[in-house]
Amino acid sequence: MRTILFILRKEFLQIKRNRTMLPIIFFVPFVQLIILVHAATFEMKHIRMHIIDRDNSSVSRDITGKFRGSPFYDITNYSFSDKEGEEDLKKNKADIVMIIPKHFERNLKTESSGKIQLVINAINAASAGLTYAYTQSIILKYNLDLVTEWANLPSNVRTSSISITHSFWFNPELNYKNYMVPGILVLLVTLIGMFLTGMNIVREKEIGTIEQINITPIKKHQFIIGKLLPFWIIAQFELAFGLTLGKLLFNIPILGNLGVVFTFSSIYLLVVLGLGLIISTINNTQQQSMFISFFFMIVFIMMSGLFTPVESMPVWAQKINIINPVAYFIKVMRMVLMKGSGFADIKQQLISISVYAVVILSFAVWRYRKVS
Amino acid sequence: MNNRPEKIIEVKNLVKRFGLFVANDNLTFDVFHGEIFGFLGANGAGKTTAMKILCGLSKPTAGEVKVAGFDVYKQTEEIKKNIGYMSQRFSLYEDLTPVENIRFYAGIYGLSNQKIKERSEMLIEKLGLQEVRKSLLKSLPLGWKQKLAFSVALIHEPKIIFLDEPTSGVDPITRRQFWEMIYEAADEGVTVFITTHYMDEAEYCDRVSIMVDGRIDALDKPSLLKKQFNAETMNEVFIKLARRST
Amino acid sequence: MKRFFGFVTKEFYHIFRDFRTLVVLFGMPIAQILLFGFAINTDLKDASIAILDNSKDEMTRKLSQKIISSGYFLLKENLNTTAEIEKSFQTGKIKEVIIFQEDFEKRFMKDGKASVQIIADATDPNNANLFVNYTSGIINNFQQELMREQKVPYLITPEVRLRYNPEMKSVFMFVPGIITILLMLVCAMMTSISIAREKELGTMEVLLVSPLKPLQILVGKVLPYVLLSFINAVTIIMLGKWVFGMPITGSYMLLLFVTIVFIIMVLSLGIFISTVSNNQMTAMLISMVGLLLPTILLSGFVFPTENMPLILEWLSYIVPAKWFIIILKSVMLKGLGIQYIWKELLVLLGMTLFLLMLGMKKFKIRLE
Repeated sequence: MRTILFILRKEFLQIKRNRTMLPIIFFVPFVQLIILVHAATFEMKHIRMHIIDRDNSSVSRDITGKFRGSPFYDITNYSFSDKEGEEDLKKNKADIVMIIPKHFERNLKTESSGKIQLVINAINAASAGLTYAYTQSIILKYNLDLVTEWANLPSNVRTSSISITHSFWFNPELNYKNYMVPGILVLLVTLIGMFLTGMNIVREKEIGTIEQINITPIKKHQFIIGKLLPFWIIAQFELAFGLTLGKLLFNIPILGNLGVVFTFSSIYLLVVLGLGLIISTINNTQQQSMFISFFFMIVFIMMSGLFTPVESMPVWAQKINIINPVAYFIKVMRMVLMKGSGFADIKQQLISISVYAVVILSFAVWRYRKVS
Repeated sequence: MNNRPEKIIEVKNLVKRFGLFVANDNLTFDVFHGEIFGFLGANGAGKTTAMKILCGLSKPTAGEVKVAGFDVYKQTEEIKKNIGYMSQRFSLYEDLTPVENIRFYAGIYGLSNQKIKERSEMLIEKLGLQEVRKSLLKSLPLGWKQKLAFSVALIHEPKIIFLDEPTSGVDPITRRQFWEMIYEAADEGVTVFITTHYMDEAEYCDRVSIMVDGRIDALDKPSLLKKQFNAETMNEVFIKLARRST
Repeated sequence: MKRFFGFVTKEFYHIFRDFRTLVVLFGMPIAQILLFGFAINTDLKDASIAILDNSKDEMTRKLSQKIISSGYFLLKENLNTTAEIEKSFQTGKIKEVIIFQEDFEKRFMKDGKASVQIIADATDPNNANLFVNYTSGIINNFQQELMREQKVPYLITPEVRLRYNPEMKSVFMFVPGIITILLMLVCAMMTSISIAREKELGTMEVLLVSPLKPLQILVGKVLPYVLLSFINAVTIIMLGKWVFGMPITGSYMLLLFVTIVFIIMVLSLGIFISTVSNNQMTAMLISMVGLLLPTILLSGFVFPTENMPLILEWLSYIVPAKWFIIILKSVMLKGLGIQYIWKELLVLLGMTLFLLMLGMKKFKIRLE
């Protein structure tokens, strides 16, 4: 026990003096937090529409008027040429081109139907889907009003409509920051856990002091604890600090019990540190260690649901997430902070991550014993 | 003072194989308490392998090995408590100060806080490191680092100290000073087990063994070896032996 | 000249003999593009929903059916009371609840109005928005069909044409970004590390005193990576095409040309990084933290830059990846020719020149 204290003291001294590690621990994560949170958003500010109204009738002007008056739409251009519309799409000056053909109002009255063309840039499929949905609903609403007016129906017979209301729970203002901050905090903590740990152990190998250590009575498990514990402690601090920053700067909700969060993070860190340890046993240079940790980290992070939802991934990809610790933590963070979920609700994730921790640590220690 | 000094290292028929390659081929030798034992041999002769076994870092393929009275197969923990080690790379932490290094290793070896304080003060005093006690090791000249490493290896008063080419790359004056420290340690009853490439250092040892291709081809006092091989220096002894095997 | 080739050959040996690095250089990009192409997806598919049907009549059944069979949603639960909603959300089982009013069909026919309430779990606000709007879209479609069946007059039908990505695959948006990121990773990072390694090992001094000119050294160091990056780029683009159906509607030649321009740009970035790093570690850290992260976030790779706060949008202009992603999308997906992308190309060339000049200057300073 005393031995571990001595080891810890040495480790902290070394970390303090390590010029490259310090910025990663203290500076980078928080800059990241601040920038990322503002950058990471799929919200659409407004939809840029290019209007081609060849009819110029009162109906067509009514329709275009609806879009002109909408705060969600930005009319960027008017023209009569389809070609110009396409050009705007190509040059990325418009997201959608609305074409109202000639004789639109007349056809509507005589043939009882009219077509409006919507040409949408679908490269960003989700935005395109939303653009279509919004535009369609505006047109439909106008249509219903129009039918009622023109059909001159008696007042007790109206065109039936289905009214749709919606509400957003847990994040009524659709604040994307509330969603991103927990995820980014997980990212930070993971960075420290996996990346720095691996680097730290390999550094010892590189400079040769590991030989010296092996000859001392330090037991392998004491050495490992000495290498992992500092980062476990630092990561937890960062998490706490990050949560505080999140609250102060972004006013993120913290509905649930922080005890749940920290319990989970304690176990989560064991997994991540264990992975860092395993990676260090495969490599001899810090450079390789970094590469491999980096590779795994990127894969885990991209697949974890931080930026893009897990449910949208194909089934086999979701299965891979079973061994993705980041995915678990992100889900739990979001559930606890934004929905107030408690231990009972995250039971499944808690069990999974604990099992994972035991497996990884055992393997890591075994491997480490073997290799040194 | 005993007339017959006790054996502090006993090696009988040590064999170490890596696959088909035999690194240590049936080594048998003893090292006595308090002697300075030189373990010589060309690169690749098997010195480092044997030394690793003696330090408890690896296990022999066959043979009996006892270090400080403990069996190398089953009692490596005890062995580690009773030995010190210093390698050619000095292996102290460059990003810690001398005091921090001493404190770390002393603590690792289980010295009490009181003892740690006493010994670090004593060491700093003895090595003349007062001016640099708060400087990081990497800013110290090589010779000072080496002397400190040696002292740190002795901090827990081990019975044996293993030195793996400790004076490589160091200037002659510092080498001389280093050997004075070795003599001092031997006088205090520490057994010194040293490997080196410098043949003149072989002359300073009480006894010397020379390994060739995994075997010990010579083992005796330097003076007797020179007589045996009709050589004037240990250098010559070494060359004659090496030539014999090629 | 011969010396130069000798040098270049040595560089190639370095790379090819380091097995682990090779795996990283080739294996990683391939693994990543495959993984991400499939995993990074904002397509709405099989989202778990629950339906609380207070009327359970023909109309609500039909409407529910339509929603479920859209492919966007998966019915996980049928709820009976509103009290159950919160719990379902908290366990994370479902993301949206659709509530039908009582006597839905009756109200629709008699009173002319029936209501549906959609409650979405907005912890993921982006998805929540999508869910709600897509669900509304389906319900609106249902309404329009009804109107058609009932022969309601004066019906306006919107006809949609989806340009550049008719099947609305979200992967199309990400593949250009993935290509860019991987190129940056391989080129910038590897180059900077390789040069930094020479510095660290001290062999740079040896090179500098040799008869090789500094420019030759630089070019020699960079050449193998140009080749490797190029092979990588082509591999990734081909994979994008074959595995994800990413089209190359524009000219292949143009695509290759812009790729080479970008590779040179990134390599000059790598060189620059190595001139400010003293050892491999620093080079790697700067590449990763200073380069990769901003690139992933601010280049338009995942998050469109138009929607970011102004400061960040401005910042994104100095991220080279941003320009290349625009070029890739224009050439690959829109099939545009050089007349549309010359501005972006110019920016990249400008950046390259700037970095090279800076790099050379620093390199020369070192010599003095």
